[in-house]
Amino acid sequence: MAATQKEIVDGLAEIVNEIAGIPVEDVQLDKSFTDDLDVDSLSMVEVVVAAEERFDVKIPDDDVKNLKTVGDATEYILKHQS
Amino acid sequence: MSSTNRTVVITGIGATTPLGGDAATTWEALVAGRSGVGLLQQEWAAELPVRIAAQAAVDPAEILPRPQARKLDRTAQLALIAAAEAWQDAGYSGRAGEEAEIAPERLGAVIASGIGGVTTLLDQYDVLKEKGVRRVSPHTVPMLMPNSPAANVGLQVNAQAGVHTPVSACASGAEAIGYAVEMIRTGRADVVLAGGTEASIHPLPIVAFGNMMAMSKSNDDPEGASRPYDADRNGFVMGEGAGVVVLESEAHAKARGAKIYAEAVGQGVSADSHHITQPEPSGKGIAHALQNLVDNNDLKPAEIAHVNAHATSTPLGDVAEIKALRQVFGDDVDHMAVSATKSMTGHLLGGAGGVETVATVLALKNRLAPPTINITNLDPEADADVVRDSPRPLPEGPIVALNDSFGFGGHNVVLAFRTVQ
Repeated sequence: MAATQKEIVDGLAEIVNEIAGIPVEDVQLDKSFTDDLDVDSLSMVEVVVAAEERFDVKIPDDDVKNLKTVGDATEYILKHQS
Repeated sequence: MSSTNRTVVITGIGATTPLGGDAATTWEALVAGRSGVGLLQQEWAAELPVRIAAQAAVDPAEILPRPQARKLDRTAQLALIAAAEAWQDAGYSGRAGEEAEIAPERLGAVIASGIGGVTTLLDQYDVLKEKGVRRVSPHTVPMLMPNSPAANVGLQVNAQAGVHTPVSACASGAEAIGYAVEMIRTGRADVVLAGGTEASIHPLPIVAFGNMMAMSKSNDDPEGASRPYDADRNGFVMGEGAGVVVLESEAHAKARGAKIYAEAVGQGVSADSHHITQPEPSGKGIAHALQNLVDNNDLKPAEIAHVNAHATSTPLGDVAEIKALRQVFGDDVDHMAVSATKSMTGHLLGGAGGVETVATVLALKNRLAPPTINITNLDPEADADVVRDSPRPLPEGPIVALNDSFGFGGHNVVLAFRTVQ
């Protein structure tokens, strides 16, 4: 069953918390991974791989650069999850 | 501030070792003659020929914030902890140019490792084989590169005068400190964090060193396994940890009213060019380094009261070092209290020079030479005043102590430190 928007944001919040130590409540749709959440380009790769596993979705490297905010990632996952 | 031949002093020390999570607890254990060696309890160790090691007393990953620790190899984790202690001990906090009152361009970091991030390399290869391409950490390269501890320490304090990583196996830590002394002497920097780190307790390095016949296999007596100068010594015991000091030009230290532990007099360096792993048995190469130390730094053998020996508990190496001391210093060796602290810490490889510099500086400060434990029968060829069993008071007045480090490849580095008034 596909995840809802809320489930995806909550899941991303747990992933970002694990990788960057940011409190889950700070991970919101309008937050930028690099500017607000202390996720640098290397850690972003970790976030993507963890999100792929959790939401059963493939995020090609070429698409990763378009995922600037938590909202971008959530929308991408909503659209592409199987 | 740039000038040449400036006097260099030590204003901060830090260590995390098999004996304790900081310099003070490490020193306390050294003086008490406690061994940091134990039986490896990890599942992977059960079937290995060598099942003993001196593991860090405090797990660095438990101290650093988790998001930081997971991006760092254990070598860098240990280095950051030792460096933070030394930095704070020197009276600094935060980053240069911000909280710390020193220009970033005048601050350097020289942190060595003999092997680099070997556990990251091996663990990530396991991940690749078992879980596939996608799961290999994107942090693998910055974790395994041997300059990672230096670079991370440099980042932590905003060091911009130069960040370096000399690699010379078990002489690496000492070479780092020697390099840092030169940076300050020649005016490239005013303050440098310098030392060594190592974390290679993993089945492959243990098996590999074991197959060289270099390691003790006394699994039934872990605490007695590292026995430098004992007639029955049978190889070194692997240790892990880091030791870092803050080196500073004397003028800079005095201007800011810093406490001064000792003068970093200088280094003597040479290469055996004899064999890729075996020491030159007569001690000729080591003697060359000692002679360079004396000649280049106007040292008087009569001043030298203490030697923190390299002495790893191998049959050839321990004796070659003593022969070299005799060749260069003759009868003056008789008034040098020789301590082999690896009898307690195990051999920290690239971390050894850092940790043993901390021990040497504390020996001068406390005027106390730590003991060498586990000598049941002193090897008659160890023709020196070896401090056994309990610590030995060192004489009053200005005295010098040496810290010897030698590495596979034939690298010889000897450092000298002097008490300050």
